[in-house]
Amino acid sequence: MPPDSSSSRRPWSRWNLLLLAPLLVLITPVYNIDKPRLLGFPFFYWLQFVCIPLSVVCVAIVYLKTGERR
Amino acid sequence: MTVRWTEMVIFTLLFLLVTGLGFYAARWRSAGSLNHLDEWGLGGRRFGSWVTWFLIGGDLYTAYTFVAVPALIFSAGAMGFFALPYTILVYPLVFLPLVRLWSVSRVRGYVTPADFVAGRYGSPTLALLVAITGIVATMPYIALQLAGLEAVLRTMGLNGSGLAGHAPLFIAFVILALYTYTSGLRAPALIAFVKDTLIYLVIIAAVIILPAKLHGWGPIFDAAGAKFAATKPPSGGILLSANNQLQYVTLALGSALALFLYPHAVTGALAARGRTVIKRNMIALPAYSFLLGLLALLGYAAIAAHTQPIVNAATGRADTNTVVPMLFQSQFPSWFAGIAFAAIGIGALVPAAIMSIAAANLWTRNIYKAYLRRDATAEQECTQAKIASLVVKLGAVAFIVFIDPQYAIDLQLIGGVIILQTLPMVAIALYTRWFHIWGLAVGWAVGMAWGLVMLYGIPNLASGRQHFGGSALALGKLSLLGWHPFGGSPMLIYVGFVALIGNLAVAVLVTVVLRRMRVFNGTDETNPGDYHEDEGSPRLRPAAGMLR
Repeated sequence: MPPDSSSSRRPWSRWNLLLLAPLLVLITPVYNIDKPRLLGFPFFYWLQFVCIPLSVVCVAIVYLKTGERR
Repeated sequence: MTVRWTEMVIFTLLFLLVTGLGFYAARWRSAGSLNHLDEWGLGGRRFGSWVTWFLIGGDLYTAYTFVAVPALIFSAGAMGFFALPYTILVYPLVFLPLVRLWSVSRVRGYVTPADFVAGRYGSPTLALLVAITGIVATMPYIALQLAGLEAVLRTMGLNGSGLAGHAPLFIAFVILALYTYTSGLRAPALIAFVKDTLIYLVIIAAVIILPAKLHGWGPIFDAAGAKFAATKPPSGGILLSANNQLQYVTLALGSALALFLYPHAVTGALAARGRTVIKRNMIALPAYSFLLGLLALLGYAAIAAHTQPIVNAATGRADTNTVVPMLFQSQFPSWFAGIAFAAIGIGALVPAAIMSIAAANLWTRNIYKAYLRRDATAEQECTQAKIASLVVKLGAVAFIVFIDPQYAIDLQLIGGVIILQTLPMVAIALYTRWFHIWGLAVGWAVGMAWGLVMLYGIPNLASGRQHFGGSALALGKLSLLGWHPFGGSPMLIYVGFVALIGNLAVAVLVTVVLRRMRVFNGTDETNPGDYHEDEGSPRLRPAAGMLR
């Protein structure tokens, strides 16, 4: 998205770029495979489950690093 | 098939409990009169983190999740799992735009996304486009909730034919309509606590007990893989094929971008007390994604357990939406199945209520007040919205009765295609006023028209329909005024994504021309500071209830 063209009161933080990291889950060819399995789950499935907490960590870091300072 | 009384009794008891809560909600935490849209339609605009978590969770993870996603996995395999990356992506993507929308809405008193568009562009016309798109996209979504509810009712044995077959749905609908009318957004907010608790209980029990009964997840996946391999012609599979990877990716991304353009999602966010509440929720809501993923995989468990969908006596066709209810019925004691059915049924009521409130808000603010009755008082607005919420639900019931509920998920995908076309007007406008009003309007028209034309041309081999057979377009069929840039390619892509690209390209083109010609581009009533104000700021417009 284009940066805020206005005289925003809070400066743009580079931590915000971390919000784009979860887009990596869209590279399906990397994980569209059956093995290795975990608890019987094919790689395709358990990897995407693992991505949920990773995405939460990204958002949490942005939340903590860009807290409202006013 | 006879009525299953144990299930029916438990279902009815829990249903009565939430009905009581629905009516009680009118008095829950209410400070002001319910005769104002801020109170009725946004719950007083002061929900904290917990209430918001249950409310938005109850709002986004709907009967669609519980019934249709596993049904899709049951019949199409890995493709149906797109719902997981979709919910992984959505929260990081909307984290920043959503707090901007919250702030500007609190400073300027906006109730709907179309209100924001009207203020940002000084154009009631553009707001009208957003409002109409929102209402049209929400209708099939409500219908989908009711389809989920009906799937459960039919599984419990209430599987009559003809109009009488829909009677239980009518009764549930009338009750829902009544407490939404009296309590507004507070009703689903309160009921969401019960709904989510039940859902968590049921899913956790199911994902522990079912694999144990069916010899573990490994054999479940293997049974599903074997079933797909044996289908002739081969279709689906527990992994993506060369042709549907692009569809998986564009559907996940497109759905993620579309989610918070839906009026009901915005309603849940605007009802929050402050920016921090929203931000915390963007971190906490993925807890539901775990549930969604596990639940989706019950579609495979149903294959392993040889579950057969029941034949809908009203349409005479097998209804794959009944796969999960049937799985519960065959694998669990009936008291537990009753709880599971109640969870799904209540899971349909919460979003249906919020959606009808959101659609009613749009109608009232951006059509009734903007065009039909400009001098409407706050009380008249509220009365109008209450009536509109009834009409919207009636429309959704008509949808189910007169159109095959089997189409519910396809219809919802069509809704997703058209709501995505408001992305430039709403989401991008939160960041820049560069686009020209008419550029946006023409882009919207092109995106809508192109999207619908593409959807019209998609056949569905499984159901034998020639048109509107789904939202996956073969790239080889993609036509730019007769030119086929990817001629012959069998790869599939999500229609909404293609239409959005067309929409944006046209919007940019028209904007460049009109800006060069210096055509008037409306007046922006918002100023840059509006997008950063937080709770406690003196610049916030007081929510109506607090005035009194």
